[in-house]
Amino acid sequence: MPKVKIPRKSTVVDMTAMCDVAFLLLTFFILATKQKPPEVLSVKTPTSVSSKAAPEKSILITLTKEGKVFLMLGDETKKNAIIDDFNTTRALGLTTAELNKLKKTEFIGLPVNKLKSALNLTQEIPPTLMDGIPTDSTNNELSFWIRSVTNAYKGEDQRNLQEMILVKGDGEALYPIFKNVKEALKANEIFKFRIVTEGEAVPMGSELYKTGTSEKN
Amino acid sequence: MAEMDTSSGGGHKKGPGVKKGKKLSTRVDLTPMVDLGFLLLTFFVFTTTMSQSTAMNMNEPKDDKEQQMKVKNSGAMTILLGKGNQVYYYYGQLMPETISQDFKSTTFKGIRELILEKKKATPIDDLMYIIKSDDKSTFKNAIDILDEMTISAVPPGHYAEVPMVEVEKMLIQKTEEANGIK
Repeated sequence: MPKVKIPRKSTVVDMTAMCDVAFLLLTFFILATKQKPPEVLSVKTPTSVSSKAAPEKSILITLTKEGKVFLMLGDETKKNAIIDDFNTTRALGLTTAELNKLKKTEFIGLPVNKLKSALNLTQEIPPTLMDGIPTDSTNNELSFWIRSVTNAYKGEDQRNLQEMILVKGDGEALYPIFKNVKEALKANEIFKFRIVTEGEAVPMGSELYKTGTSEKN
Repeated sequence: MAEMDTSSGGGHKKGPGVKKGKKLSTRVDLTPMVDLGFLLLTFFVFTTTMSQSTAMNMNEPKDDKEQQMKVKNSGAMTILLGKGNQVYYYYGQLMPETISQDFKSTTFKGIRELILEKKKATPIDDLMYIIKSDDKSTFKNAIDILDEMTISAVPPGHYAEVPMVEVEKMLIQKTEEANGIK
């Protein structure tokens, strides 16, 4: 029998293509990942099964672990109007320079009586050292801020405003602070708002899981 | 690609004095590089957490005294949130004689089952969960219990947040002391 000669093939595979793919994916993932903006106030939000994404542009009320309340006006087009309105309705008597300085700050977290002196400081107070906006029932300054917000959006579609109002709270913040924030919103006829949460999977076997809808509330 | 033709001029004969240079392959073994590439890739994929915040809708009722809803005792379940992630509950109304038996405590793990049980046992029109938060409970608790309502598919309008009354505060305090919750 003649031997059938099987030609020996090299087992070396050209790795170049694979290498290309690996690094292409690597670069893609690195570049496509959006870097989380550094948070000035560290807030660990509770989780919920809600799957709706939080809007980017928002009027954000932040509750910290220590129970301080901060306001962040994310809508640049209205920010100036809100601050001007607050200045006139609360009769703060801020000068134009002071107003401009206030408009540039990201977090509003000072009681009214400390606002003017803080704006005259050469150095900006870091949010972690701010006192927070008072929300207690006797002096709920947050409701005045919200009043200015609603004034600025007067005559526009109120649903847009509802979409934008976000409450972001640290899980460890005590309930009364949240209650005060709710009071401040309710005092301004805002009954619908949103709470920023961390996404969570719907538990297996629960009623919601069975219905298969991720539509909330 | 990573190979280059190193053979010179198709094998024709060179002169007798010309020495043949040793053919060096320029082929590089790319396996370690591929390994490294995929290693980094897996590392980045696994370490990146998707940090897309979600938003939960909140609907607050208008504070209308006239619009106070009447709730059937048979369909009501009151859930109280205390400190240390404790949950207390009772059905219907608290009767002074049977307070110690009716007022029970559980945790967030146990409350789901109880909510569901109540939901199944009650005609939907009568069903009402009354949520009351103690001053010592946290924001997380308040959100978690609303989330539990969603998880158990309790239709909106069948649960409400109500301020706590003195008796309940006292009961919570007592239970906390008995259970040693700080």
